[in-house]
Amino acid sequence: MAKIIVVTSGKGGVGKTTTSAAFGTGLALRGHKTVIVDFDVGLRNLDLIMGCERRVVYDLVNVVNQEATVTQAMIKDKRVPNLYILPASQTRDKDALTKEGVERVLKELSQQFDYIICDSPAGIERGAQLAMYFADSAIVVTNPEVSSVRDSDRILGILASKSKRAEQGDTPIEEHLLVTRYSPERVERGEMLSLQDVQDILRVKLLGVIPESKSVLQASNAGVPVIMNDKSEAGIAYADVVARFLGEKRPHRFTQHKRKGLLQRLFKTRDEEEAAL
Amino acid sequence: MTMRLIRNLFKPNMQRNSAVLAKERLQIIVSHERSQRSQRADFLPALQKELIDVIAKYVHIDAEQVKVALRQRDEFSSVLELNITLPEQNKENTTVAEEEFV
Repeated sequence: MAKIIVVTSGKGGVGKTTTSAAFGTGLALRGHKTVIVDFDVGLRNLDLIMGCERRVVYDLVNVVNQEATVTQAMIKDKRVPNLYILPASQTRDKDALTKEGVERVLKELSQQFDYIICDSPAGIERGAQLAMYFADSAIVVTNPEVSSVRDSDRILGILASKSKRAEQGDTPIEEHLLVTRYSPERVERGEMLSLQDVQDILRVKLLGVIPESKSVLQASNAGVPVIMNDKSEAGIAYADVVARFLGEKRPHRFTQHKRKGLLQRLFKTRDEEEAAL
Repeated sequence: MTMRLIRNLFKPNMQRNSAVLAKERLQIIVSHERSQRSQRADFLPALQKELIDVIAKYVHIDAEQVKVALRQRDEFSSVLELNITLPEQNKENTTVAEEEFV
């Protein structure tokens, strides 16, 4: 039986798809057979982030409607063995998924995979609720910013009340907090909520911190999950997240600001000034 | 170049500690929204329906004559309020039962 993990956040644009791609790829790199399922019907993007947009033939809605089999719709990653992607539909509307259909697809995937990553759409509507309904575990992606933190709290409330586990009185969904786009420099300047602040408010165990990093955009430009870039801070941080999820003890990295000398501070380049804005 | 140097030296710290403000605002709104969530008691409609079924065994009533509400009394307790209007011989008797949940 596979473990079903939903990557969710409430708010859009905080890094759900980036995280789903990196996390799923990381699990596969460690030898676990993994499928990443895009639940964002109508706005599919996981295929672009994973770099397989030109190989999409069938999608999740086709499988739910039994117009295609799971095997026909899944795309095997060309770089990493054990890694598959099930894309979302681009044309259908968001009500095309049914609870029974999703359950059937997840059951079928469960027989072949170790991990099923459900990349949730933004919001708290049907698509987002279906993505989390069957989950065993949830990664709540949060930016250190007021609206993202508030939306994450809403999502935590929904995870605790509207999932299958909650409705059936099973052990609750395992919740993990992932703080992304973190800038230790801005935290030090008092301009950004700190990790401690976010944890104080949400009271969920911290799985990891992904620093704000240029490599995330570069990775999405190229269609390569950022975890494949083991030179970038974000890539290394995602590898730590995967290791921690699998039970390894790893200290959090890139959470402290590296102080610059006086001269470096005075002679800031234009780039750095813009980055600080 | 020189301008930038001067700007970097005398940068006003206007935005200093806006993070503290963010945390305070979040703590207030999040705790408020959490209390509303728990107060929203999902069982109320079901309770109302079952009450109507039970009462209908003995008295003829309409669904609108049974009102169920849960309100927060203070930080630690809420009051479950049942308001059942019995239409007997064109005369209305109102029964209010209060039960405390701590």
